[in-house]
Amino acid sequence: MTKKRIVHYINQFFAGIGGEEKADTRPESRTGAVGPGMALAHELGGAAEVVGTVICGDGYYAENMESATEEILKLIAAFEPDAVVTGPAFNAGRYGTAAGGVADAVQKKLGIPAVSGMYEENPGADMFRKSVFIVPTADSARGIKSAVPAMAKLVLKLIETNGNPGSPEEAGYIPRGVRVNFFREKPGADRAVEMLVKKLNNEGFETEYPMPSFDRVAPGEAVKDLKNATIALVTSGGIVPKGNPDHIEASSAMKFGTYDISGVQTADAEHYATAHGGYDPTYANSDPNRVLPVDVLRDMEKEGVFKKLYNYFSSTVGNGTSIANAKKFGTAIGEQLKKDGVDAVILTST
Amino acid sequence: MKLELQRSKVKNIAWGEKTALLPDGTLEINKEELLAAAADPEHFKTLSADLARPGESVRICPVKDAIQPRYKTEGAGQEFPGMVSGVDTVGSGKTFVLDGAAVITCGRIVGFQEGIVDMSGEGAKYTPFSKTMNAVLVFEPADGLEAHEYEKACRLAGFRAALYIAEAAWKAGAKVDETELYDLPPFSESMKAFPELPKVAYIYMLQTQGLLHDTYVYGVDAKKILPTLIHPNETMDGAIVSGNCVSACDKNSTFVHQNNPVIRSLYERHGKDINFIGVIITNENVTLMDKQRSSSYAVKLASMLGVDGVVISEEGFGNPDADLIMNCRKAEQAGIRTVLITDEYAGRDGASQSLADATKEADAVVTAGNANMIVVLPPMDKLIGFADYTDVIAGGFDGSLRADGSIEVELQAITGATCELGFNPLSAKTW
Amino acid sequence: MVKAIEAFGIPVVHICTIVPISQTVGANRIVPAVAIPYPLGDISKSPEEEKQIRRAILEKSMRALQTPISEQTVF
Repeated sequence: MTKKRIVHYINQFFAGIGGEEKADTRPESRTGAVGPGMALAHELGGAAEVVGTVICGDGYYAENMESATEEILKLIAAFEPDAVVTGPAFNAGRYGTAAGGVADAVQKKLGIPAVSGMYEENPGADMFRKSVFIVPTADSARGIKSAVPAMAKLVLKLIETNGNPGSPEEAGYIPRGVRVNFFREKPGADRAVEMLVKKLNNEGFETEYPMPSFDRVAPGEAVKDLKNATIALVTSGGIVPKGNPDHIEASSAMKFGTYDISGVQTADAEHYATAHGGYDPTYANSDPNRVLPVDVLRDMEKEGVFKKLYNYFSSTVGNGTSIANAKKFGTAIGEQLKKDGVDAVILTST
Repeated sequence: MKLELQRSKVKNIAWGEKTALLPDGTLEINKEELLAAAADPEHFKTLSADLARPGESVRICPVKDAIQPRYKTEGAGQEFPGMVSGVDTVGSGKTFVLDGAAVITCGRIVGFQEGIVDMSGEGAKYTPFSKTMNAVLVFEPADGLEAHEYEKACRLAGFRAALYIAEAAWKAGAKVDETELYDLPPFSESMKAFPELPKVAYIYMLQTQGLLHDTYVYGVDAKKILPTLIHPNETMDGAIVSGNCVSACDKNSTFVHQNNPVIRSLYERHGKDINFIGVIITNENVTLMDKQRSSSYAVKLASMLGVDGVVISEEGFGNPDADLIMNCRKAEQAGIRTVLITDEYAGRDGASQSLADATKEADAVVTAGNANMIVVLPPMDKLIGFADYTDVIAGGFDGSLRADGSIEVELQAITGATCELGFNPLSAKTW
Repeated sequence: MVKAIEAFGIPVVHICTIVPISQTVGANRIVPAVAIPYPLGDISKSPEEEKQIRRAILEKSMRALQTPISEQTVF
C-alpha cells in the first residue's frame, strides 16, 4: 500500500519564523515536515507521510482572509495531498481561525478531508466545529504531546472511513452539534417510562434531546409612509401556480419559488394550489386567497392604503423544512426584496 | 376493567380455500371472502388484494393504514367500535389477536401521498410492518369521488377486512399460543393501591388536522372532543383508529394504536415502579385557541387524578410541537413531572433545530429519530400499489424515483419509521 | 424565514395561526390568523364574510408594520 500524502498547515510561530513581529508572513510552502510536523510524521508511521508544509502568518491571514485562503489552497494543492492537517492552534485565536478556515476551505474546494486541533474555547472551534473535525487540545503548546497523536489518529481514520469517523467520543473530535440517527436497545416507549421513573425518584437521567435556544434579530423599523410603500407577499403555506412548476416538495422543502403576480387580481383556484403536505389542502385549494391574500391586497392597493403590491410573491412549504433551509430561503428572498426597494413584507404561515 | 388477549402467532401467510390459522402458524385466507368483506362498489372502481412477507423483495406504496386482525371472543362490543361495530364500550372480556399479521391498505387519495413499506433491504429496517405477515388491499376510487369520502371508504374497508380475517380464523378453531391479562381497577381502588409508588398517567396526543390528518375515537372525529379519559384496555380493542398517514413516519397507524407501547410499558411497571392510573387522550387542532383549550384541559384532568408524573406522546410534527410544548409546560407548572416522546426534523445534515417549539421545562425527552435523514431504498422485484407518486410523497422529492427503480427519500416517507408512541428502538444523538 | 428577511432591515409582519411557535422562533411583528388550513379565511362563513375577515387581518398587519417596536409584539 502506498503511503497517503498529508500536507500540514502551521503558522509563522510554529514554523520557527518568529512571533508577533513576523505575523505578517505571507503564505509559503516547504517540502516535508516542519516544527510540530516532525512529531506528526512520526505518529502517522507507515500509513501516511507529511509531504509538505504550508505556512502563513496569523496576522496576514486575518487581514487578507479571502486572498490568503486562495494562496494557501494553491500551495496545498501543489503537493497533491490525500488529506490536510491544520494546527494544533491551542488557544491562539487568530491561529485557530486560520486553522479552522483553511481546513474548511480544503474540504469544500479541494474535496479532501481535513483535521484541525485547538482548545475548545478557541473562537476558531466555535466557527468551524460544524464543518471541520477538530481535535480538542490543551490551551497551550504544553499540550502538544497529546494533541499530535490524536490528530494523526483522526486524519488516518477520516481517510479510511471516507469522512465518516464515527462518534465524537470514539474518534476524538469536538462535537459538531449535528443530530445523528442510531438504534438504541429498547423501544422509545420503554425508554420514556424508564426516564419518568428516574425523574420521579430524583435519580439522574439523560434527555435524548436537549432543548435548543433560538437566536433573535432586531425588529425592522416601522413603515413611516405606508401610502408610498411597496409591500411584498411571502408564504410558507405552499401556494404555487397550479401544477407546481418548480416541484416544491410537499414536506422538508429544499427550494422556494418566486412567481409573477403583476396584473393578477386574485389567487383563484383555477390558477393556484398548495404544494404543502402538512395540512388538509382542501380549503387552500378551493380558495388560495385564504393563504395568499392577493384579492384583498389588490383592493387595498387600489384604495391607496399602500402604493404597490410587489410584482412577485415567494412561496415555500414550511412543513418539516429545516431551519437552515428556511433561513437560506429567507436570505435569498430578503436580498432580492432589498434590491428591488420593497418597504415591508407580509409573510403568511399555515 | 379486565381484558384477556388471546394471542396466536402468525408465522406465514397464504391464500387458501378457507380462512384459518393452520397448526404450523400459516394464516390461510380465502381471497374472495376477504375481497367481499372489504368491498364497497359505490366508492371503489377497483379493489384487489395481495400478500407480502418479511424478507421478500416487495415494496408497498402508498400505504394508508396498517391494522392488526383482532376479534372479540367474549365481552361487550366488537373491534373498531363506532367504525364498523356499533358503539358498545370495549376493553373487557377476551380478544383474539393474530400476532404477527397485519392488513395494509394502499391507495392514492390527494396530491400528497402516504407511506412506503419495504419488506426487505434498507427500508425494512425502519418500518414495523416489514416484520409482519401482510394482507394488502389496493384501492382505486370510483370516478369523481370526493377525497374525504374516499379516505373514509378506504379506512372502513381496512377495518372490515381485518375483522373478517380474525373472526374467520377464530371460528375455524385457531389455537391460542399465549394469553395476557390486562387489569386496571376503578379510581376508587387505584388511588389507594401502592401508596409508596408514584402515580402516573399517560397523555396520549392524537393528530387531528383534517383530511389524512385525523384520528377517530369510537367513531368520533377527535378534533371535536375535549380531552377525556379512556381506559387503556379500550385502545387494545381498536377504540382509537387512524385516519392519517401523510409524512407516514410519525403518524400512528391503527396497528400501533392497538398495540400502544407506552400503555404496554406502563402496565409492565405497574405495581413495581409506578402506580398506573389511567390514560388521557387529547388532540392537536388547527387553531391556537383549540390548542390552548385542549392542553389546559388535558393537564387539568391529570391534576384531578392527582398524578405525580405523565408520559406525553406527540403525533406528527410542526404545529403539533406547539401542543406538545404546551402540554409539557402546563403539566410541569402544575407540579406534574413529564417525559415527552417526539421525533425530529433536524434537516438532512442533522444541523438544524429539531422541533418547531421549545421550552426549558422539557428536560426529559425521548426522540424517535431525525425524520429528515436520507435513505436509499433499493429496487424491489415486486411493487404492490402505485410507484408514480413517489416524488410527491412527503419526504420524497424531485427525482426520488431513480431510473433503476431505487428510491432516495427521507425517512419521513417510511410508514411508522419514527413513531412517536415509541414503537421502535430508533433514536438520535448529538455528534 | 421571517428573521432572515428582517435581517435585511425590511420589517416583516408574520401572519400565523400558532403564535407561540412564531414567538419561540423569533418573529417580531406577529398577527394571529384563523386556522392552519385557512389562516386568512373561515370556512364556516360566506365568501363575503370571509373576505371581510381577511381584510381585518391585513388591516391589522398594516398597523403592525407602521408601529415602532423594540421587542416581539403580538398585534
